[in-house]
Amino acid sequence: MYREEILKRYEPSLDNILYILHDLQDNNPQHYISKEDIEVCANFLKVPYSYVHGVVTFYSMFSLEPRGRYIIRLCESPPCHLMGSESLLEYLKKKLNVDIGETTKDGLFTLELTSCLGICGVAPAMMINNEMVGNLTPEKIDAVIEERRNMS
Amino acid sequence: MNIVRNHILISIDAGTIMAGAKAVEDALIKELTKYGLDKEVSVLETGSLGITGRGVVLVVYPEGIYYANVTVRDVPELVEEHLLKGRPLKRLILTEAPKRTIVTKEKTGLLKEQPRIVLRNCGFINPENIDEYIAAGGYEAIAKALHGMTPEDVVNEVKASGLMGRGGAGFPTGLKWEFAIKTPGEEKFVICNADEGEPGTFKDRLILEGDPHKLIEGMLLAGYAIGAQTGFVYIRGEYGLSIERIEKAIADARTYGLLGKNILDSNFRFDIFVKKGAGAYICGEETALIESLEGKRGHPRNKPPFPINAGLWGKPTLVNNVETLANIPEIIKNGAEWYRGYGTDKCPGTKVYTILGHVQTPGLIEAEMGTTLKEIIFEYGGGIKDGKAFKGALIGGAAGAFISSEMLDVKMDFVNLREYAAALGSGAILVMNEDTDMVDMLKNVLHFFKHESCGHCVPCRLGTAKLVEIIDNIAVSKGKKEDLDSLLEITQAMKSASFCPLGQSVSLPVSSALKYFRDEFMARVS
Amino acid sequence: MKLEDLKKIREKAAKDIELRQKNARVKIVVGMGTSGIAAGAREVMKALLDEIAARNLTDVMVTQTGEKGLASHEPMIEVHEEGKDVVIYGNIDAEKARRIVAEHIVNHNPVTEYVIEVK
Repeated sequence: MYREEILKRYEPSLDNILYILHDLQDNNPQHYISKEDIEVCANFLKVPYSYVHGVVTFYSMFSLEPRGRYIIRLCESPPCHLMGSESLLEYLKKKLNVDIGETTKDGLFTLELTSCLGICGVAPAMMINNEMVGNLTPEKIDAVIEERRNMS
Repeated sequence: MNIVRNHILISIDAGTIMAGAKAVEDALIKELTKYGLDKEVSVLETGSLGITGRGVVLVVYPEGIYYANVTVRDVPELVEEHLLKGRPLKRLILTEAPKRTIVTKEKTGLLKEQPRIVLRNCGFINPENIDEYIAAGGYEAIAKALHGMTPEDVVNEVKASGLMGRGGAGFPTGLKWEFAIKTPGEEKFVICNADEGEPGTFKDRLILEGDPHKLIEGMLLAGYAIGAQTGFVYIRGEYGLSIERIEKAIADARTYGLLGKNILDSNFRFDIFVKKGAGAYICGEETALIESLEGKRGHPRNKPPFPINAGLWGKPTLVNNVETLANIPEIIKNGAEWYRGYGTDKCPGTKVYTILGHVQTPGLIEAEMGTTLKEIIFEYGGGIKDGKAFKGALIGGAAGAFISSEMLDVKMDFVNLREYAAALGSGAILVMNEDTDMVDMLKNVLHFFKHESCGHCVPCRLGTAKLVEIIDNIAVSKGKKEDLDSLLEITQAMKSASFCPLGQSVSLPVSSALKYFRDEFMARVS
Repeated sequence: MKLEDLKKIREKAAKDIELRQKNARVKIVVGMGTSGIAAGAREVMKALLDEIAARNLTDVMVTQTGEKGLASHEPMIEVHEEGKDVVIYGNIDAEKARRIVAEHIVNHNPVTEYVIEVK
């Protein structure tokens, strides 16, 4: 009953909604916000289900679809684009055999795009869950992915 | 393995090369070889040692002795005395140590010296140790304000400094504070806008991660000045380390009683809370940020009323950017007049820039307002990488302007850039070399806007979608000449009819790209 | 906190920064901003701590700082020694960090090819 544990940390005040949703998503084994998550949150904050759903869909860090254990978010903003992120996107798609927004068959990796991560000095860059990785090359991507595969 | 007894580092920069650094280096190697010392003493070139106007400068390790004005003729004596006999050659020793003034002149690697006001402590102190901030003169400004300045004095000092908001718009900070102090209200709020989402910008992150107490002190001063007791820092969800560090800093400040009741023996009370975003560029707009902070979808509000009159939960709210607030402690500590000694008359102080893309040393610098773009790119950024030529730059992030080489001599500040229909914005400078496809760059920018348009108003929602459709066509050479006019017409309509700055600002990258690089677009259309 | 306390902390902290107060001969500072971490600063930190422990160097302290702004040279580390200039190394990885401990920290020979600045 990890959801109750999460809610215990917060006052039932609407301005805590993003924190609560972040925590629910981070602790959901499939890294997404499920119907149950929305219900729990709505009941706690005493707002309609539709209200929470509306908030979830507004922010790009939240997902309504189940995702993999590791979420790769490749930056597509102008600085990373200029430094070659597009070819890395093709590389990632091929390597993981998925398209943008899809999850690998083994349930390990989900590929997403993100706007600027704010580490443009080491562009091209990506996030894998909460970790930032910069100066990306195909070799570095291989290493990051293999490391995660071996841990699983 | 050879044991190297001494290392000689020779400063190599434009100045020392002109003074003959290379010849001195050759002479040193020759002389050392003559004595058979070449295996024991290694001679190495290094970037500028930061000493200018003193001819050839070198430093001998492990003693760490600096020599200046070294000429080829001095080399035999230097080698014989210092390296053979171990007696430093007094007549050439550089005696004065590099001075530390009130602003630390920071010069890293190959970069030019920088006047650092905002970033003074970034990369020097341990951001997780409040004592190090205090040792560096931290919390002196709030102590000064609480024991000798009225709130009006603080507002007047900020006004006199001429500080302009560093979030992008460049609104005079002192004026905003004056509105805030004059607005009646039992409860007021200070919000620090740390939703840094403008592509190519990470100046606020550097402050949050590298010197979080400076931000806390800036917010304390803002709270004291306008009569607020509560502050919020709204940080974008992607900035995990920033959130961690500022939360630690707030907890430490509370433990020391620098946040809470009766701060530093005064009647002033203030506390700060962190709020985390969840990935929405629009939340950098102050009213959208307030909506999001209240727990809603981050749609912008109608203005007026401005947040200063009716902001968070309808209460008077002062919203300032991280870099703006980080300027405040230094202004209060050293005075407005001191601050005006930096930058230009109309735009005093410094600006933090991010220099990115095809430059030698991408990163972040602090330079005086009014520094030319040429200086920023070629001196601070080290010029274009791989010997390529400069083609253009995107200034101020995605909502900024493309410029070409004819704009290189423009002095960068908020006021001056407006005259060139460009904007300083967040201070991001994305540099592009001769091989860059400008159509592709504009396409990337327009896709960004389509993704970030919040959908609240029609001109922006439909406009960005249409712009993307047109540019995608042009990019694959399927567009028509009229499409270029359509791009301009749509963005003009968006500029006048969009609800918030997001939709309004798309015209800047589009019109500037078409103005300076029209030929490239023409080559793709029939 | 009273005004007096702030002054006391300032004086004490200013002294603490002097290495001898902590019985340290050398202080190594690792740049631990996000750019540094994204470029591998955590691995560098780990290698330094590991090497220092393995060699039982009790007079070396390791601490952290934020970013200086020179992202293209991350990860960066600084070596501070009493009475000497600060040596700043750039583009360090775990292996280079181990070499710096062996050559610079133990044998007093800065690894010049990794030095980007001395000040």
